[in-house]
Amino acid sequence: MIQQVIFYLFAALLIFSGVRVVASRNPVHSALFLVLAFVAAAPLWIMAGAEFLGLVLVFVYVGAVMTLFLFVVMMLNLDEVPRSKGFVRYLPFGLIIVGLIVTLMLNVIDPSHFSLHVNAGMIVPQHHSNTKELGLMLFTQYLLPFELAGALLIVAIISAIGLAFRGPRARKVQDPSAQIAVKRNERVRLVNMEAEKKS
Amino acid sequence: MLDPILQLLWIVIKILIIVLPLLGVVAYYTLAERKVIGFIQLRVGPNRVGFKGLFQPIADGLKLLTKELIFPTKSNKYLFVIAPVMAIAPSLAAWAVVPFSPHLVLSNVNAGLLYVLAMTSLGIYGVLFAGWASNSKYAIYGALRSAAQMVSYEIAMGFSLIGVLLAANSTNLSDIVMRQSGGIWHWYFIPLFPLFLVYWISAVAETNRAPFDVAEGESEIVAGFHVEYSGIMFGVFFLAEYANMLLLSILVATLFMGGWLSPFQGIPVLGALFSFVPGILWLFLKAGFFAFVYLWIRATFPRYRYDQIMRLGWKVLIPVTIVWLVVASFGVHFHIGPWFS
Repeated sequence: MIQQVIFYLFAALLIFSGVRVVASRNPVHSALFLVLAFVAAAPLWIMAGAEFLGLVLVFVYVGAVMTLFLFVVMMLNLDEVPRSKGFVRYLPFGLIIVGLIVTLMLNVIDPSHFSLHVNAGMIVPQHHSNTKELGLMLFTQYLLPFELAGALLIVAIISAIGLAFRGPRARKVQDPSAQIAVKRNERVRLVNMEAEKKS
Repeated sequence: MLDPILQLLWIVIKILIIVLPLLGVVAYYTLAERKVIGFIQLRVGPNRVGFKGLFQPIADGLKLLTKELIFPTKSNKYLFVIAPVMAIAPSLAAWAVVPFSPHLVLSNVNAGLLYVLAMTSLGIYGVLFAGWASNSKYAIYGALRSAAQMVSYEIAMGFSLIGVLLAANSTNLSDIVMRQSGGIWHWYFIPLFPLFLVYWISAVAETNRAPFDVAEGESEIVAGFHVEYSGIMFGVFFLAEYANMLLLSILVATLFMGGWLSPFQGIPVLGALFSFVPGILWLFLKAGFFAFVYLWIRATFPRYRYDQIMRLGWKVLIPVTIVWLVVASFGVHFHIGPWFS
């Protein structure tokens, strides 16, 4: 009972925030609703028994990725865009992409995998550790795809640095080792002053 | 029909049993900070309200409650109000998985460590919302500084938690404490000493405390992200900071200092002598020590420069954690000592 209430609550929140991501005119609001969408999706995953994925969603996407995203959006100081601008122009592309995604999803996760009578036999023991199972699978059966994904991420990181790096420029960067190694005599000159008035 | 509602009510009561004393402790922690720093600097601290200033937090709270709430012009009202809530909610929510004694834990979940990491990483949104919604340049500078700092130190923090995870072979906080039982030499601060230090430094940086408090930096950007806040909304930010400090103190005690375990365990005479002390008291003593270290650090060190903070996080702490993770992995593989059995 309570589980269903929680599920529908978060599902409704997820749909609402998903719509607002697209419908908001202020880019910062869109980014914030995307954060809300991630937060609303995490409990659904946790309720499906994937507590590891749900928590990783919160602390990777919400805690790190979206923070940087908001960081950029807040810095850019974008103006509010009129809602109708470019709507008709981009509509065909949008429809094509939506159609492709829907066909893909219908093929991969059609109702025959997710109806009640398929999942009825799946009973999770009380101390079943989803995290441990996932780790075992990733590092034994799916080691190669996992390592390949890691290599791909490294390539993406290095290429992002490569794209953003525009050659060494004259930067005003301090050298910490030089700062630490400095001696008193290099900075301060002690001068012995004679007293002005002879007493 | 009635049963789930009763269950829910029982959970709410348990939450209140944790949160209400916590808020009281937070209030008196602010007094403790002023007193401790006062004594370190050879002052007496607040001593006017009540006996030796004991009612000072209550007076402060009343003062903040009765003050006017000011909303800056062209600020985003909704986010402006919700920002302090976003700051305090994660630091209270994370207490759900803290084990106080072998059986005293609100939610003994398997992924407890991940939950704590997720909750502490959410704390940044209060700062970001406050900075952006205030429509003030000082506030946005404070928020951006704080965001960059927290994201950087979260990596070092997460890596040092992986060391604990490796040694304990579990992400359940109760299991992590149980794996450290057997005496003070079993606690993880010995085999994972560099990670312990890194975790503590990142904990100070995560809570935006001195010497990493550039988010406030009153000499440069007035008060940083909460410069536009007044009255109780500022008070909630203040409470959130101290609740976070207490949370991280208790987490360090749980993860590296054996949680509720007695330090005299396994010692012939002393172990039996102190066996009557309940575990929760040991936990509070350990956490109290770290809470004191927070204040001690603040009274001792000058503020870091911003580039030094970034350098420390990325070029010192993260390499140290990666090297020690390799060492810990070898320790686990070869079952070294009493720790990695």
